[in-house]
Amino acid sequence: MSNTDLEIIVEDPTAPEDDSPSVVSTRTVEIIASLVLLALAIVLGFDNWRTGIAWDSTGPQPGYFPFYLSVILGGASLYGLITTFFARSGSSDTFVTRAQLRRVALVFVPTALFCLATQFLGIYVASFVLIAGFMRMVGKIALWKSLLTAFVFTAIMFVTFDVAFDVIMPKGPIESALGR
Amino acid sequence: MEAFGLLMHGFAVLMTWKIISLMVVGLVLGIFVGVLPGLGGPNGVAILLPLTFTMDPTSAIVMLSCIYWGALFGGAITSILFNIPGEAWSVATTFDGYPMAQQGKAAEALTAAFTSSFIGSLVAVMLITFLAPMISSFALKFGPPEFFAVYLLTFCSFVGLGREAKHKTVISMALGLLIAGIGMDTVSGNLRMTFGSDNLLRGINFLVAVIGLFGISEILLTMEERLALRGHAAKISLRTVLKVWMDLPKYWVTLLRSSVIGCWLGITPGGAIAASFMGYNLAKRFSKDPESFGKGRIEGVFAPETAAHASGTAALLPMLALGIPGSGTAAILLGGLMVWGLNPGPLLFVEHKDFVWGLIASMYLGNVVGLVIVLTTVPVFASILRVPFAAVAPMIVVSCAIGAYAIQNAMFDIWLMLGFGVVGYVFKKIGIPLAPFTLALVLGSRAEDAFRLAMIGSGGSVGVFWSNGLVGTITTLAITLLFWPLIDRAFTAVARIWRPTPVTT
Repeated sequence: MSNTDLEIIVEDPTAPEDDSPSVVSTRTVEIIASLVLLALAIVLGFDNWRTGIAWDSTGPQPGYFPFYLSVILGGASLYGLITTFFARSGSSDTFVTRAQLRRVALVFVPTALFCLATQFLGIYVASFVLIAGFMRMVGKIALWKSLLTAFVFTAIMFVTFDVAFDVIMPKGPIESALGR
Repeated sequence: MEAFGLLMHGFAVLMTWKIISLMVVGLVLGIFVGVLPGLGGPNGVAILLPLTFTMDPTSAIVMLSCIYWGALFGGAITSILFNIPGEAWSVATTFDGYPMAQQGKAAEALTAAFTSSFIGSLVAVMLITFLAPMISSFALKFGPPEFFAVYLLTFCSFVGLGREAKHKTVISMALGLLIAGIGMDTVSGNLRMTFGSDNLLRGINFLVAVIGLFGISEILLTMEERLALRGHAAKISLRTVLKVWMDLPKYWVTLLRSSVIGCWLGITPGGAIAASFMGYNLAKRFSKDPESFGKGRIEGVFAPETAAHASGTAALLPMLALGIPGSGTAAILLGGLMVWGLNPGPLLFVEHKDFVWGLIASMYLGNVVGLVIVLTTVPVFASILRVPFAAVAPMIVVSCAIGAYAIQNAMFDIWLMLGFGVVGYVFKKIGIPLAPFTLALVLGSRAEDAFRLAMIGSGGSVGVFWSNGLVGTITTLAITLLFWPLIDRAFTAVARIWRPTPVTT
């Protein structure tokens, strides 16, 4: 009835190794995150205190509500910081291994570059470069397939947003040369 | 039976070719989103939201809610065929669904999953049809103190009932509320927390945050894992479908139980994930033969799928009736309502009848059409997984960027999205839940307005939150829920003192 002989298999040749060494422990990241949140709470709390946290004739001043939220945020972060700091065991798990970090950087760096490129080249050119480059460099997919996929996808996006739905996207020199 | 007449009117609103085709497009996109790893219901809806900006609200909500139904259906496909839950709420479906596929019963498992999803949603939609108008007409009497009390109840129940560490939920929520407050203050017109930046004047749009938190961070997380997969291809024949349907009446207890659990957990902000596990566990506990669960029992597919869908659908009830979303995706749909110029809350039922009843009717119709689509097109969607992730990942990144930019036409938002992506990645890895953050971000300014209006009305006395029976009950309930873990512990301790363990002589 159902054809289980038909199997779908997808390989992942660049998968991160399982025995890769740890770069940083979850505990360390939790402490850093708590410190950052605490600092944020202090900065925001101070800014709101400056805006005014008291009452005037029309009710609470604009800083009132967010000031107390910063106090709550600060308190919770401080609690997190102290408990993580004094917790002896259990939280020394690996946050990320070296191989995993490499793979994450493999996506994150191109994404950041893509955002930068969007600012100067417009979103369509940047997306063409990102898709084609990523498929070719990271996925090791044949060049013609990468270029074709990137072109087709970018074209679909252009037609959907710019032509059919009239949503204006950032554009660069190439689009203006083509008169769009 | 006023609701019934209005519902019929809703169907009449929908019966145009334009809306029906948008529905099909939404469902197909949704299934796609549900099947692909690294995308889910909330991301899909958030990324595709900009598409709807130029539509009228009814077409827009029909398309978006269909994306949501599609994503709910799609999650089951990968769980059963590949043992990979496309969504967190389909984890429980893998327990029995994948063994069934291994035994060559993939088609039965898929049919069971889709059918029970359909039944779950249907029960929840019926609940919405009759309950939502009643709740909203009751809520019309609410003033600012009552609304703030309801918001407080929502936030407190997340902290008190959530399974994550309490201080992490509090962090997530306080941060969300703070970020919602950035920019121009709606009451006084003062600037808050902008630090002189022009880009922060507009405030941080919550959709940009959601796209970063869910979309970008999910890509980063997915890359960490081994992406190889191995699974079964399946084709559903009409005979299989009929065979499973003939057997349905045998499982009515399981279906009913899971529907009730799902509806309940969907309305309270517990969510589809908890519902699917609870549905599964209860089915197992009440079964005459619990040992056979996990080895490919069809009930093990019925139970979690019914519960997950009932809860995913029921999450829209508080959103429609009170303007409070019961889940992350509902929060995003709520954001959509605001973009289209509708004011979520009880007034929606009075001021925008066409819209509300069109949406409710679309839930019925969308689920029927969805069921037909998934039953007939499973092989196509299963083969999407053959597409290498190296091709899918950059496309998702581009879609996220387009979505983030389109909301306010601001380049700054693309950078914000990237920032939120990193925040989401770190938060997910250290166990800070993102759902309270999303909820706080979307409800933040309205909760603050309600609070300030209530305080102005009372001249600064907190007593206003206990000024009448209704608001007092809600506020007390909220505070009880907030401290529920402590109260629970105290009760246990007291019980131990009163009933000391019998000493054996």
